[in-house]
Amino acid sequence: MNTLLQQAPSWGTTLWFIIAAVLLLAVVLGFVTYAIYFERKVIGWMQLRIGPNRVGPLGLLQTVADVAKLLLKEDVRPQHADKALFTLAPILAYAPAFAVLAVMPFSESIQFADLGIGLLYYIALSGITVLGVITAGWASNNKYSLIGGLRSAAQMISYEVPLVMSVVGIVLLTGSMNLEDIVKAQQDVWNIVPQFIGFAVFIIAAQAELNRTPFDLPEAESELVGGYHVEYSGFRFAMFMLAEYVYMFGMGALITILFLGGWLPIHPSLDFIPGIVWFILKFSLYVFLQFWIRATMPRLRVDQLMSFAWKVLLPVALFNILLTAVVVSYQNGMF
Amino acid sequence: MSDIYTNNYVIVAIFLILGVLLPVATVSFVGPLLRPKKPTREKQTTYESGNIPVGDSWVRFNVKYYIFALMFVIFDVETLFLYPWAVAYKELGLFALVEMVIFISLLIIGLIYAWRKKVLEWN
Repeated sequence: MNTLLQQAPSWGTTLWFIIAAVLLLAVVLGFVTYAIYFERKVIGWMQLRIGPNRVGPLGLLQTVADVAKLLLKEDVRPQHADKALFTLAPILAYAPAFAVLAVMPFSESIQFADLGIGLLYYIALSGITVLGVITAGWASNNKYSLIGGLRSAAQMISYEVPLVMSVVGIVLLTGSMNLEDIVKAQQDVWNIVPQFIGFAVFIIAAQAELNRTPFDLPEAESELVGGYHVEYSGFRFAMFMLAEYVYMFGMGALITILFLGGWLPIHPSLDFIPGIVWFILKFSLYVFLQFWIRATMPRLRVDQLMSFAWKVLLPVALFNILLTAVVVSYQNGMF
Repeated sequence: MSDIYTNNYVIVAIFLILGVLLPVATVSFVGPLLRPKKPTREKQTTYESGNIPVGDSWVRFNVKYYIFALMFVIFDVETLFLYPWAVAYKELGLFALVEMVIFISLLIIGLIYAWRKKVLEWN
């Protein structure tokens, strides 16, 4: 990939990039399939159930069957819905979730675009998903989906502020927004140690951005039926679910890169193990944490949710920026 | 150098196109070959737990959402200013720190004001 990037742009290199991107898409779809399977399995074990075990050996084909079923379902569009926006919403939700993966360095050799503003690119694109949610809620012309969509939007924009602020500390330490530079700067110590406050804020805000427990109010099935995607069926609905899990893939990769040292081994003496293995291990740890939290935590109330973002996370994130700035100047001998 | 730059954005463009293409292809081209299509009036009514929906859903909603959206814009734009500052911080020295402390304190005052005005309450 690195040698390809150095070459003059031509149709040949473009073709290779397309092949690489399609391969990554295949990997991501495979991840989504088995993330859903393991989510159900792990939560099943935690609740002393067996989980899916009927379709295929050990239930391994359960998600495949679910997707096939969604593909075969009729595509119902309510008569009073806004046709254009109703069609646009799943695309708006899914496209940015996949496009953010363009800047992720998965290991020293497996990486795609090497943007100088990689982190900013991620943050900017992931914000578009909110538009997909609010469009879906509005276009359906359904009271449940309108309430669900607006609640989701309010939640996602409120938590986006502490999310983007908590990574300023890392940019301060590294002096770069390039994700590869950020990983390389963690050679001695992973950012989770000097940036622990930032990590705590980030992981909580990420949970809310992903609409996952304990912040899964947008889906609140007991009160809003299904939130913003009540009126969606068949494969349009599948696109929202897919976007959610692809976004989880992106967030897991980002947390691994920003805080857990990316592809770097846990100790320099272990660097005979390939970097991608370390990446997958750390990434899987984060994904497992998601399932664990979902099996453990109850859902927050909507007022607690909003005040937590603005009254706790935001001041803590601001404090973290100032603290990191002072420490960095002290280390550089500015005082 | 400029080759790398162009290539990087070619990749970004490919990812964006692929991201749009997957939902479009599955929903609009593969889907219709596989799924049934038997629309009826009842099926296409708006779902409201079995009740017949009264009125439209495109109504004016709580102003609270707009206030949170405004707060979001203020603080997100602030963060946009923080990023270049953070990248160049090590070269700028003590002056940048003092500048940014003033900038952040102004925003904290804004946050305290919103807090005291009970804008952050949700009820």
